[in-house]
Amino acid sequence: MTPRVTPSQTVRPFFSIGLPWAAGPYVVPEDTPGAIRIGGRVFDGAGEPVPDALVETWQADPDGRFDHPDDPRGRVPGFRGFGRSPTDAAGRWQVVTLKPGPVPAPGGGRQAPHVAVTILGRGLLHRVVTRIYFGDEAEANAADPVLAALGDAERATLIAATAAEGYAIDFHLQGHGETVFFGI
Amino acid sequence: MHASILPPAYRRDAAAHPPLDSPDYGSTRLRHPLRAPVPLTQTLTELTGPLLGAERVGPLDHDLTRQHDGEPLGERIIVHGRVLEEDGRPVPDTLLEVWQCNSGGRYRHDGDRHPAPLDPNFSGVGRCLTGADGAFRFVTIRPGAYPWGNHHNAWRPAHIHFSLFGRAFTQRLVTQMYFPGDPLFGQDPIFNSVRDPLARERLVAAFDLAETQPEWALAYRWDIVLRGREATPREEDGA
Repeated sequence: MTPRVTPSQTVRPFFSIGLPWAAGPYVVPEDTPGAIRIGGRVFDGAGEPVPDALVETWQADPDGRFDHPDDPRGRVPGFRGFGRSPTDAAGRWQVVTLKPGPVPAPGGGRQAPHVAVTILGRGLLHRVVTRIYFGDEAEANAADPVLAALGDAERATLIAATAAEGYAIDFHLQGHGETVFFGI
Repeated sequence: MHASILPPAYRRDAAAHPPLDSPDYGSTRLRHPLRAPVPLTQTLTELTGPLLGAERVGPLDHDLTRQHDGEPLGERIIVHGRVLEEDGRPVPDTLLEVWQCNSGGRYRHDGDRHPAPLDPNFSGVGRCLTGADGAFRFVTIRPGAYPWGNHHNAWRPAHIHFSLFGRAFTQRLVTQMYFPGDPLFGQDPIFNSVRDPLARERLVAAFDLAETQPEWALAYRWDIVLRGREATPREEDGA
């Protein structure tokens, strides 16, 4: 019999005993040349911060390459590409990373630099998936096929503003300013 | 310009999963997005993913009964199985992270107010990598049931939390493993958030007499199935 997919279940609030680790938020060590911070807050539908969410990031390296055997251009070892940050009491998360380069788009062309995001948390029976784009990449963003398919207000929910030492973006799970979430 | 081949896309799997808007589980109320997810064509970003490995796994991480000076209280169990894709292909070398409460139903977490004792010999956290055949194995103690505030006299059935990465961002899965025949299933809105009864059964481990260790531990088997891949690679004109 063909196996069928195992359904998702929520992480509930006590994932913090098992999932976060000290180096989790550090895709690269803080003193790496070019290191940036990307962070923000997670809010619920009442505009309250979500203190028991887990934000995970996955991205290409500054050349747009992945340390992964399925990258048809070949694997480039050395860049973990993955960050994991639990939110704090104020709903705040942060990862330290390098800015990704552009990644090839299916069908040709390039995608603007972006970071794939998973948000898990109490009350989320399944992860939600979004992307972070960069506010100082106006030209690349304008040509990005994923952003091009969205309306202005939707697109704005995905674009991180430049901030001290990096970029800032909040995630709104529900309602006013709701972040665009993707079905992948 | 050169043509490059994208790896095959991963099959859509939304039907198996609980709806984010599941009102019986109260915490979903303000946390489920109101808008439907925007379909995204899987790109290299989604077709690759973190391959966390041995650096995340310590020598006793697979044995939650040996992480302290003494042994934890409770019924010692072996939890084992395989991580597979939908076509039955094993997922080798992939990180599993597990966490659970102790045999009294208490998590080692400051936020857990359940007046059951903490166990100084139990952290409730484990990790391991699958083998070449996708197999994994933990030794732990059977977690207890515990009350929670979702509704009057709400109790969570005994469960172990599992986190998996698979091979690609698309395959990320966080779920819970339950124990067969638990009388608390009927009143648990998290278990029942999976609408299809056959899919719910896939969250329940099987008692595995063959893997028990006489005079030492009972055993449960649970296979975890991640999204499979479509058959054909797609052509792509790389820039």
